[in-house]
Order: sequence, then C-alpha cells, then structure tokens
Amino acid sequence: MPHSGINVLFEGHNLVRLLGGLWTTVWIAALALVLGLSLGALLGALRTLKNPVLRLGLRLYLEFFRIVPTVVLLFLAYYLVPELFHVDSLPGSWMAVIAFGLWVAAEFSDIVRGALLSVPVHQRESGLALGMNRWQLFRYVLLPQALKLELPATINLATRVIKTTSLLMLISVMDVINIGQQIIEANNTTYRTGVFWVYGVIFIFYFVVDYPLSRWAQRLAAQQKV
Amino acid sequence: METEILKVTHLNKFYGARQVLFDVNFTLHQGEVLTLLGPSGSGKSTLLRTLNGLEAFQAGTLTFNGQPVVADEAHWQKLRQKIGMVFQSYDLFPNLTVLENITLAPVKIQGRSAATVQAEALALLERVGLSAYAKAYPRELSGGQKQRIAIVRALALHPELMLFDEVTASLDPEMVRGVLEIIKQLSQEAAMTMIIVTHEMNFAAQIADRVLFLADGKIVEDTPGQQFFAQPQTQRAQEFLDSMDF
Amino acid sequence: MDWAVIQQSLPEFAKGFQLTLWLSASGIAGALVVGVVVSLLRYFQVPVLGRLSGAYVEVARNTPLLIQLFFLYYAFPVLGLKFSAATCGIIGLVFLGGAYMAEGFTGGFNGVSQTQVESGRALGMNQWQLARYVVLPQGLALSVPALAANVIFLIKETSIFSVIAIPELTNTALDLIGLYYRSNEYLLVLVVAYAIILIPLSLLLTWLERRVRYATFGD
Repeated sequence: MPHSGINVLFEGHNLVRLLGGLWTTVWIAALALVLGLSLGALLGALRTLKNPVLRLGLRLYLEFFRIVPTVVLLFLAYYLVPELFHVDSLPGSWMAVIAFGLWVAAEFSDIVRGALLSVPVHQRESGLALGMNRWQLFRYVLLPQALKLELPATINLATRVIKTTSLLMLISVMDVINIGQQIIEANNTTYRTGVFWVYGVIFIFYFVVDYPLSRWAQRLAAQQKV
Repeated sequence: METEILKVTHLNKFYGARQVLFDVNFTLHQGEVLTLLGPSGSGKSTLLRTLNGLEAFQAGTLTFNGQPVVADEAHWQKLRQKIGMVFQSYDLFPNLTVLENITLAPVKIQGRSAATVQAEALALLERVGLSAYAKAYPRELSGGQKQRIAIVRALALHPELMLFDEVTASLDPEMVRGVLEIIKQLSQEAAMTMIIVTHEMNFAAQIADRVLFLADGKIVEDTPGQQFFAQPQTQRAQEFLDSMDF
Repeated sequence: MDWAVIQQSLPEFAKGFQLTLWLSASGIAGALVVGVVVSLLRYFQVPVLGRLSGAYVEVARNTPLLIQLFFLYYAFPVLGLKFSAATCGIIGLVFLGGAYMAEGFTGGFNGVSQTQVESGRALGMNQWQLARYVVLPQGLALSVPALAANVIFLIKETSIFSVIAIPELTNTALDLIGLYYRSNEYLLVLVVAYAIILIPLSLLLTWLERRVRYATFGD
C-alpha cells in the first residue's frame, strides 16, 4: 500500500523531526515546572504568613492566573515581555517558559498553602513544645508533611502543564504539533490520510506521558484517604 | 421463651487468611435480650454485622424464624427489613427531615401506605419524646436525639429482631441515658428480641437476659445475665469485669 | 494605551463575547449530560459500557483539547465527516468536558460515607434504592465544587477554539492585533472580557456550593 497514510511517518526524516519537536515540548514543560514549582513553593509559604498586604498581593497574583486562559497568557508573554524588558530577539520558547512558569507558580502556591494549613495544629504545637523556632518548625515538621499531602495535586498540575504545551505552536514555537502540521502540509497530495496518522501519533505521545502520571496521582490520593 | 428467632451454628469468619470468628454457636428466643460483651477486638461487632449480612461468613449456618438464611445480597435485602440495626455513628440521612428518615424505608421499600406509616412514625416519635422534631433536619438535633431517631427509623420497619452496635459509644455522657432508656422500654413494653453490643456495664447488667462473652473471636461464656455479672464462670470473664471497674 | 482604539474595537469584542458565552454554555450543558451518564455507568459497573466509559474518561482527560480539535476539524473531513468550526468546537468541549464532569460526579458518589451506605443497606435497600435515596442526593451535592471548577476550566478552554478560526474572544483579539498591530490595547480588552465573565461566575458558583452543601448536609 504505497499510498497508505501511515507511510507519511516513515517518509524522509519525518519521524525524527517529530521526535525533535517532542523534545522541544518536553524541555519547555520541564523548565516551566522547575521554575514554577520553586517560585510557587516560596509564594505558598509566604501566603501562610499573617501580613495582610503580602497575602492580598499574592492572592491577586493567583486570581489573575486563575482568570486568564493559558492561551492568553502565552500571547501576553509574547507581546509584553519584549516590550517590558526591551529585548527583541527572545525566542518564543523562552517566553513560553516564562508564561507557563508564572502560571505554575500561581497554581502551586495555592496547593502549598493548602497543604501547609492542613498539617494538624497539634503537630505544630508539638514542634514548638520541643523548642523549635519558626524556620525549624517549617523545615522539620510542616514541610515534610505538607510535601506528602500535596504530591497528588502537584502531579496533576504537571499533567496539565504537559497538555498545555500543545499551545506552543500558537506563538510559533517549533514544537511537536507545529512540526506535525508542516509534515502534513508537505505530504498532503501524496498521502491524503496522512493527517490522521500524524495527529494520531501526537495524540498517543501526549497520552503516553500523561496517563501514567495521572494514574500515579490517583493511586497516591487513594492511599492518603485511608 | 419458646419460639426460636435465630439460630447460629458453627459460624466461622475470615478476613483473607486471618480467622476472626471461630465456631460460633448460639440460639436466640423470642423476646430475649442477648448482650455481647468482651474486650475490643474480640469480634463482637463483627459477629453482629454478620447477623445482618453486612459482613460475609465463610462457614456455618444461620437460621432465622426457622428458615435457613441464604447468604446472598438479594436475600439479605429482604431479611434486613425484619432485622433492624442501629449503629454507633447515628447516620440519619442528612438531606431528609426526621419524619422522612423514618418513613422512607417502610413506604419506598416495603410499599406500605404513606398515611399509615406517617401516623405510626409520629406515634413512635411521641414515645421517644421527639414529636416536636418531625419536620426538623438531622443537623438541628443533638447526637442523643439523632440516635433515638435512628432507633425509631429501624422500628418503623416492624422488625422481629433488633441489633444494637455500641449505640452509645459516640455520644456525650449526658446523652447516653436517654438512648438506653428507650432500648429498655423496648424490651420491657414491646418484648422486642434484641442483640446488644455495648460497653455500658450497668446497662448490660440491667437488661441482659443472657450474656455471650467473647474473646479472640470465640464464645468463652454463654451465661444468664444476672449470673454473669454476679459470678462469671471463667477467669477470663472475671478479669474483664474487674478491668471494667464494675 | 490608546482609548480610541479600544473603543472602536468594542463592537467586534461584543460579538466574540457572545460567541464565547454561547459556545461555553452549549459545551458545558453537553458535558454535564455526558458526565452524569458516564459516571453512573461506572458507578454501577455496567458490563462493557462501564469499562468503555472508564477508557473514554482516561483518553479525554489525558490528551490536549487542541489535538482533539485538530482531529475533528482537519482529520475527520478526510473520512467524509465534515463539521463547521463552531460545531467542532462544541463537540470537542463536550468530549473533553464530559470526562472532567464524569470525574467530578464519580468523586461525589464515592465521597458518600460508608456508614451512610450501610445505614441504607441495614434498612433493606437494594442497589437502585441505595442509589436513588442515598448515593445520588448526597453524591450530587458533594460533587458540586468539582463541577464548578470544571465550569470555569471549560470556559477558559474555549480560548483554544481560536486555532480553528472560531471568532470567539481570543480569536477576535488575535485578528485585531494582526490587522492593526495594537497588541496592548486588544490584550487588555481580552483580559477584561474574561474577567467580566469569570469573576461574577466564580462568586456565584462559590455561593451555590455553600447553598447546596448547607441544604444537604447542614454545614
């Protein structure tokens, strides 16, 4: 079957190109997560402090990212970052990292705050009774317990970030979907059903990464309930 | 005390490989009050739940009203209308009023007329001193009140046997008495047959016609109530009574 | 920031605003229906259909809406299944949202306490009676917070419709930017437009969550 659509995948370097696009997708997601989780942990811890100005500011930061769709965040970064920082040649991939990173930080700050607040009061008091100062209490009592509590939500956030990388093509990043579209267009006349196979492979790529992660999160959450 | 209501023979229960009830045998007659006593983990609650099909058993037979119990869910669903059960966690349905909680099962499950059931429910509420709360929601009631209503809810199905599983264990001390009074009344005035798991020793001593003393999943003693509290037959039961500060 | 530019664009944005609302409403309504059916099939472990439902939920939740839309819009026509862009958008949103809503309902059903279910069983209820009188009323109430979060999430997801040229809010803004190069102005209007939809709605949903919780559980 010379004209079966599946052959479009094996034409020339097509599969290698797709995998290259996947790599772009992966490193952007990974970097955004590292950046966002670190910043978010800090913001989340700050949100448990009593300072009302700080709390309001951080709450507004969170609500902004809750309201604005990620597509719009990407465009905000795409158009505003060069203007604000007077850089012209920042590649789209870096703007995506910034936009996703700030979004992840907002979402994660809420997860961290929730987990810290749900550590039982008597744990806090037991730590204080042992003569711990605030930092020691945070480091040895609250943080380890909160980390465990927040793990399922954090994994779910990671799956969302991975799915959201599908939007990268909107700001012209050469991600797996953008490359897929180029392949489809270049082979449209030879392989009419090629579009199915290319999107199918990308669909499977995403599923293969996200499905195990969300199962893992489900398992952890179920264990915590017991 | 002639008619046999319930007969348990060679009952064995396992959780996986671990055996939790060992060769349990006893017979319960009409109007009799049987109290299950024993240390925590002795299998009292498990035994009680087995008698209502909420827990499966792996060997032995149950006979209810002379009929062997077929231990599948469909048969249990029928039987449970004749075997009322009240739990430690007075779980009224939170989205229904007190009256709806009581009438739901007789009307929807037994298909009795709503008017009759309602009149009967109001009379029962009157007897437990809660008729003022017929239209109230469970959230407006204290734990003791909820537990009294849970008893009424079970009675509304006209059960022939009542099972009480530590019904006062979650109550504040001042609520306990009212609930126990109702159970006593039920025995004295209505001659209800019942099996009670409790840690209230005074109550047990007053109400028990018979005591089954369990330890480690076995019946250690099966003794008339008065005698058990005055002079238990086994060392094990004596130690238990001493430890209960009774 | 040029206010005249903003003012001139408002009629365009108003159209996009309406379309976003309309697409969201249809998609969410469809997703709720799919979600209820799928979660019930799973709850009662209906043979075959229950398993299929489970597979559907996993596939829809673990793949991006954008790829789902590309399939509908670009790949299906090759097989002779051609829909308008707006139809593809709604189908996509129902497909994705149905899975999220199903998870929300399932969470609610499973959240009904074991002691409540046992109380029902002790009264002699069969499976259907348990569902009708215990699991559904309490489970639906428990699922409201998750459903509310999904509503907000799905409205935001409609912004992805811009990739298949549906002239909703985001697409409108991108078109205007492409035509007139006034990114600051149009992006501001865009963010404000989403805020106008989502802030009152999330306040309303929070109020609704409390009402339902109180009416059902009294706390």
